[in-house]
Amino acid sequence: MNTVVTPAIDLADSEGYSANPTGARLDADRVSAWFGTHKVLERVSLSMPPGAVTALIGPSGCGKSTFLRILNRMHELVPSAKLAGQVSLNGADIYAADTPVTVTRKRIGMVFQKPNPFPAMSIGENVIAGLKLTGTRISRRAQAELIENCLQRGGLWDEVKNRLGDAGGSLSGGQQQRLCIARSLAVSPDVLLMDEPCSALDPTSTRRIEETIGTLRDQVTIVIVTHNMQQAARVSQQCAFFLAEQGTPGQIVEAGSTKDIFENPRDPRTADYVHGRFG
Amino acid sequence: MTTLIDLQPPAPSPQPDDDAPRSLRKSLSLTDVIFRANARVIAALVLVITSAIGIFLGYQLVPTLHAYGWRFLTENQFVPGINLIGIAAGLLGTVEVALIALIISFPLALLTALYISEFAPVWLRGALSAAVDLMAAIPSIIYGLWGLLLIAPRALYVSRWLDEYLGWIPIFHVPGGNPRAAEFFLAAYTQSPFIAGVVVSMMVVPIGCAVMCGVFQQAPIGEREAAYALGSTRWGMIRTVVIPFGRGGIVGGTMLALGRALGETIAVLLILTESFDIRVRPLEAGGATISWLIANFWGDVSHIQLSALLAAGFVLFVITLIVNTLAAIIVNRSRSGSATEI
Repeated sequence: MNTVVTPAIDLADSEGYSANPTGARLDADRVSAWFGTHKVLERVSLSMPPGAVTALIGPSGCGKSTFLRILNRMHELVPSAKLAGQVSLNGADIYAADTPVTVTRKRIGMVFQKPNPFPAMSIGENVIAGLKLTGTRISRRAQAELIENCLQRGGLWDEVKNRLGDAGGSLSGGQQQRLCIARSLAVSPDVLLMDEPCSALDPTSTRRIEETIGTLRDQVTIVIVTHNMQQAARVSQQCAFFLAEQGTPGQIVEAGSTKDIFENPRDPRTADYVHGRFG
Repeated sequence: MTTLIDLQPPAPSPQPDDDAPRSLRKSLSLTDVIFRANARVIAALVLVITSAIGIFLGYQLVPTLHAYGWRFLTENQFVPGINLIGIAAGLLGTVEVALIALIISFPLALLTALYISEFAPVWLRGALSAAVDLMAAIPSIIYGLWGLLLIAPRALYVSRWLDEYLGWIPIFHVPGGNPRAAEFFLAAYTQSPFIAGVVVSMMVVPIGCAVMCGVFQQAPIGEREAAYALGSTRWGMIRTVVIPFGRGGIVGGTMLALGRALGETIAVLLILTESFDIRVRPLEAGGATISWLIANFWGDVSHIQLSALLAAGFVLFVITLIVNTLAAIIVNRSRSGSATEI
């Protein structure tokens, strides 16, 4: 049992946190990152509690996507990428030598900026692709149930229930993104990372995804990178403002409850950014 | 009350007839005109040369069929001395050698391409690609000599082993072989279509490998990351993303390799000894391919027999044209990632 108490926990109930969340707690401790010799993140620490949506905001190039990719070990797929610090899932270091990277990525799912369903697979096959990829075998009936369950939670079931055999690529962009969310949910992750999931979508699709995020909040811990201030205010309970000033690596300027960040920021730079004065 | 926005439809055009597509001819600069003319001439030249070869060869069919009739295609013997001319054995041998080359080269090319594009460290990738391209640049006479002097004497033992343990399957049987004898009859296994196929396979690996590698490297990064983010192993990612994406390249590269294997001459000429028997026993010595027939006989045949050799060349030309065209269609039709675009 993790006994570390952080301010985020104290905000529960009053700020819309789920009462009985089933997600896991994710902690980043003094995380730095480099591409080659170029340092892009400097000692970033952040606690992402279960039952809440944590929004990472900040101007382009401030390292928030890099930070997100460090949280499920996608950062190291870039050949020149390096990192320092620690990331722990319910207190266990995900970069520990005895933790397989595949297990970590299965527990910490990711939804990308550009919807990326597997085009060679049908809608139904896409949902359970993660089971095939991780070598999990379940009965045909359990598969059908899982497909329905995940598409329901992803908010896509009603639109595709009669055409599960169609190609994943035949859906619209917004539907593809919800399919990707359903696909991530099928491997029962504890945490779901979302890297600007709506930036390529129209306003209606964006609203559907935001609704989906709202209903998923008490099932998985959600961390979302967004450029859209209104979206951060709408979907998140806590916020971290990243900034990389004049060639220095990105850092967290301010983190706290979304209400505080938007209504009562402590740092003038945060106030300037959330009010659209730069960035 | 006046409105700020004029909601009246626009006045009808005074000349209704001018609603026709207008000419979009643009004036090109002199450099563009010269460049375009050059490019056209050169592109046309390629087409002219290819069709000239086809027409020249195809024209030889007329005297050939006139002299030998359709037996030209069904007769297996090719003996200029008694004017017995047929290419059936050559056709069979061509297919046999090409298929053996393909069976050996396909897994080699596929695994090499997967290693280069997916597993090799970045610093090794360039060197390996260059080495594969170099394999394609080695002259075929070198492959022929290498095959004759180095591979053939050793491949014999593979042939004998196959005959000994799989000889009950007709295609692995060698009648004169007697593989279990203390001193087995080596000559029964030498200079066979199998050995020619082994050498040709080395020559066609680079073509297949280069095409496959190019396609694998284009597999979208978004789908690769999607697989990894679901907890996939690297092999799982390759199976789910890279191979389905590269299917067109795998088929197309293999068929391009087949196209070259069908026409390979020098290495086959050095290795294969003459035999016109219609039999599918690739481990047994002797055989012929179309290109072997042409290269072997063209110096000592009569005028009409030379026409027959050229007509045989036409048959080979048509076969390779069909194989290469199919390959091009398959490569072009393979997915370019457009389905994932929004």
